[in-house]
Amino acid sequence: MTFATYTITDTYYLVLAAMLFTIGAVGVLTRRNVLVMFMCVELMLNAVNLTFVAFAHTLNDVAGQVIVFFTLVVAAAEVAVGLAIIVVIFRRRRHATADDLAALKG
Amino acid sequence: MIAFVFFLAAAAALAGALGVVLARNPVHSALFLVMTLISVAVLFLLQDAELLAAVQVIVYASAIVVLFLFVIMLLGVDREESTEDPIPYQRPATFALGLILLAELVFLSGHVWATGQHTARGVPVTGGGFGNNVERIARVLFTDFLWTFEITAVLLVIAVVGAVVLARRSGQRHDADDEVLA
Repeated sequence: MTFATYTITDTYYLVLAAMLFTIGAVGVLTRRNVLVMFMCVELMLNAVNLTFVAFAHTLNDVAGQVIVFFTLVVAAAEVAVGLAIIVVIFRRRRHATADDLAALKG
Repeated sequence: MIAFVFFLAAAAALAGALGVVLARNPVHSALFLVMTLISVAVLFLLQDAELLAAVQVIVYASAIVVLFLFVIMLLGVDREESTEDPIPYQRPATFALGLILLAELVFLSGHVWATGQHTARGVPVTGGGFGNNVERIARVLFTDFLWTFEITAVLLVIAVVGAVVLARRSGQRHDADDEVLA
């Protein structure tokens, strides 16, 4: 099969999304910088978005694309509040690593 | 041609994702994140999600990443990340669990659960005379998902108010802040 006629099925997109999600999950678990952990969460959200769009394409139903909008809104809200929390912790502790988040314990 | 674009975008997305995780400098992580986000936008385009591709670039790759960069600059980037873990076996355990997760997800991707017959009864992505991509999304967003749409407005207001409250308290003097908490 030549490259020009090679067909990309939805399984390709699902496997790619699985890889992106796994890289994001491993990043959240291994990195200590809270900002980078946040970026890894964004990676995971993007992998899920890709899955939604792939299924919307496969099932030919645009609702999957609409759900991605809601994911975007949740991601924006999460980033706004999360970064505000990081800034507050940084101002009190002069660091912002995952270990400093133990300060959130009552 | 489609296959070529797919594999190019997929490789860029994976390289960007690995860069986010592996880069020492948080600024580099943020720039690698932009690479991944734009590659995913290309993949959206390949799947007839034109509006989402535009939104991905405008909202994610610009607004959210600029927010990240802003906070990185605010906090300073020269801080070294400590590499020793509080739990000694954390790193190998993470890689093992990551491999298991990947195996599970890949298994599910090829499973009949994902590839078998499904029925969808909503507005189709292509065909059916529903207009272009924006019109289709608008039709679904403002009918079937109207309630969800309203709730997202509430969520955004909550997020904005929460961020403002958090930022305002920390803007005051530290000792006064400590007294309030004590």
